[in-house]
Amino acid sequence: MTTWRPDPSFYPSPRMAAKAPKETFAYVAAFDPDRQRPDAIAVVDVDPASSSYSKIVGQVEMPNVGDELHHFGWNACSSCLCPNAPHPHVERRYLVVPGLRSSRLHIIDTKPDPRNPQIVRVIEPEEVAERANYSRLHTIHCGPEGIYVNALADRDGKAPGGIFLLDHDSFDVLGQWEMDRGPQRLAYDFWWHLGHDTMITSEWGTPDTFENGLVPEVLLGSQYGRRLHFWDLHTRKHLQEIDFGEEHQLVFELRPAHDPTKAYGFVGCVISLRDLSASIWTWYRDGNQWAVKKVIEIPAEPADPDLLPPVLKGFKAVAPLVTDIDLSMDDHFLYVSCWGTGDMIQYDVSDPLSPKETGRVRIGGIVARATHPKASNGALNGGPQMVEISRDGKRVYFTNSLYGAIDPQFYPEGLDGWMAKLDVGDNGGISFDETFFVDWPKGHRPHQVRLEGGDCSSDSYCYP
Amino acid sequence: MTNLWPWLTLAGLGAFHGANPAMGWLFAVALGLHRKSARTVWLSLVPIAIGHAFSIAVVLAVVVAFGAVMDLRSLQLVAAAFILAFAGYLAIYGHRHRVRVGMRAGMAGLAVWSFLMATSHGAGLMLVPSVLSLCLADHAGMAGTTGSLSVSLAAVAVHTAAMLAVIAAIALIVFTWLGLSGLRSAWINFDRLWTLALGATGILLLVW
Repeated sequence: MTTWRPDPSFYPSPRMAAKAPKETFAYVAAFDPDRQRPDAIAVVDVDPASSSYSKIVGQVEMPNVGDELHHFGWNACSSCLCPNAPHPHVERRYLVVPGLRSSRLHIIDTKPDPRNPQIVRVIEPEEVAERANYSRLHTIHCGPEGIYVNALADRDGKAPGGIFLLDHDSFDVLGQWEMDRGPQRLAYDFWWHLGHDTMITSEWGTPDTFENGLVPEVLLGSQYGRRLHFWDLHTRKHLQEIDFGEEHQLVFELRPAHDPTKAYGFVGCVISLRDLSASIWTWYRDGNQWAVKKVIEIPAEPADPDLLPPVLKGFKAVAPLVTDIDLSMDDHFLYVSCWGTGDMIQYDVSDPLSPKETGRVRIGGIVARATHPKASNGALNGGPQMVEISRDGKRVYFTNSLYGAIDPQFYPEGLDGWMAKLDVGDNGGISFDETFFVDWPKGHRPHQVRLEGGDCSSDSYCYP
Repeated sequence: MTNLWPWLTLAGLGAFHGANPAMGWLFAVALGLHRKSARTVWLSLVPIAIGHAFSIAVVLAVVVAFGAVMDLRSLQLVAAAFILAFAGYLAIYGHRHRVRVGMRAGMAGLAVWSFLMATSHGAGLMLVPSVLSLCLADHAGMAGTTGSLSVSLAAVAVHTAAMLAVIAAIALIVFTWLGLSGLRSAWINFDRLWTLALGATGILLLVW
């Protein structure tokens, strides 16, 4: 598997990666919420010059049913060029695809034919449990010591969740990552500042509090995750915990600055118990400690209770529900998905402590049901959710499903999958590409999007 | 003049080791870029060279120690067997290791990192044939371990000086003029070259 030269999709710095060629394929996780037929990784043609643009041109089905494919990642990326742990003579070739519900890991080869990826290895949950003591596999990142996978629970489905390592080459499970987890119990997302030797993790909850949907008592009791954890990336020790307070629940997606010299990043908080608002927080270096500041608050919108699902009726308002965010390669624009109201908002975050809104579109939404020029049905459900940005920052792709058991709590009449794309103006501003809309085939719902050659949440860099 | 070749070989291997981005010049450049300081690049090269020299010295000390209790042919065979086994291991399992030092490394961290990188890549092992031939030539004049030790120390010095000269030159050129975009295509697979070089070293000792 080794090569004579680095994979051409590896870039030393985010500045260089932003000049990468345009992607022509997107890989999209698609799952069956009824767990009747196998989940799949679909290949979507995103080359506007192609006759099959905006169409699913291939897919690979998983060998089992009920995996709940969710997030996934590449076997290798630009961090292979790091000077302290160099191993750049590998190919970015395999997608590492976990099942969030099944805890099964699939290794998918995209190489011989990118339209027709093939499963080359399946790592069963027993192997993960035996070697790393974890289950409910969630996020994948390629990094200095191999492939990092996080898990929301231990092998028995209880806390603590955490991170384990896979070997770069063999994909063998190497074992638990943490040496000293300190007070950390819950897990959701993780990423790092390679330039600051810092790992950051966020929190959701244990499987018993989400696998059958969100539990109102747990939410109202502020028992879901509300903390960030900071770790030493190399000694693997917990350094600091920051509690967002009882009001804030579900601290989810972590987007550190791509420039490795910068020590700040953004995290979304799904909901405030005080007023249903969602918020974006910036973490930053403050002396010898990490600190956070709420930099964006997105208010709930008053709504007719008749139009609201049971869980929101009593509040007479739609919660924005910020479930995913993504940061452009140049750390200039932050994209914020409001899965409840249906908004996708673009902020200029060049001053990370003082973001400014620069663009907004609406599609779907619990009340709005906003449509798309290319959609045949005039009232879309679901809302902007998993969002991915091209490396040059010009194109933004997103899908509309959150999680099998939670979708019907907010979209009780059912959720019909779709994928949309935005074009980004030269100085910000976003608008729909009216020729791109994937009306997702019934039976599957789309989740995370990964772009050919890398995207804005797949790679990390060691050089500024 | 027959005595010059082992020294040239030691210096050449120093240049070869120095050219490998995984042996330190790239780390020095990265730290310079992070801290926006050419001085950081230069300062970083010192612990990198020291860590490398220490790794080489440990390997040669072990060889000299074995040399004191073994005849030359046995020593060559044992060294050859060890080096070939090590090369085989690298060929099969690659250069994987736990990452202990990151981008916030200080001078001590860099020295430890450089020592670990040189050791795990078998840098010192490549020098064994040259040092053995120097010791052998030396035996004619002044026999014993003392002679071998001084020859080995001189070997470490020559090798490290050549390595330092090369990492300094590359770091200067890359930091000041070239930048890092060339890494994408010019970074050939040194790991593979090293495994081949180690294999050649083992065979050389075997057929000596």
